[in-house]
Amino acid sequence: MQIARVIGTVVATQKHGKFEGAKLLLVQPVGLDDTPRGTAILAVDSVGAGVNEKVLVVIEGRAAGEALGRKAAPVDAAIIGIVDHVDTVE
Amino acid sequence: MQLAKVIGDVVVTMKDEHLHGIKLMVLQPLAPDGSAIGRTLVAVDAVGAGVGETVFFVRGKEASFPFYPTEVPTDAGIVGIVDHVDLA
Repeated sequence: MQIARVIGTVVATQKHGKFEGAKLLLVQPVGLDDTPRGTAILAVDSVGAGVNEKVLVVIEGRAAGEALGRKAAPVDAAIIGIVDHVDTVE
Repeated sequence: MQLAKVIGDVVVTMKDEHLHGIKLMVLQPLAPDGSAIGRTLVAVDAVGAGVGETVFFVRGKEASFPFYPTEVPTDAGIVGIVDHVDLA
């Protein structure tokens, strides 16, 4: 899993049927110091996350499909939690 | 999934039989601001996308799910056409 920040929303009318009703959010993976890491990706939202929130993202097909709760959904990333805070010792 | 622009298509005559009838498109992945980022790739099309359109695509085995039960040998597939992106 990765920590990411929600940076936007995506609207698509014409899409595969398994996306019907799913919320699509643009998320930017971030490091522990909140700096952007890598490129932003699209993730389906299964927890009701909003723009600017820090979230926990799975970037793997099977896990994302399970989060969406639909079998054989063509997804590879899903938001599975909203981060309250991260505690590290270093 | 990732945003991308469809910048072309690929015509392949000799191919895996499970790819017959499936469109192959050339994608340029995009950053949220619409600028090109990363390498171009070829993806199967599950939604009827055309050249010039902004789409989103899925990577991995899941790209073959729209064609189930046909086991399409692909690692990337277009699964939506983007109307618009709203950035924070």
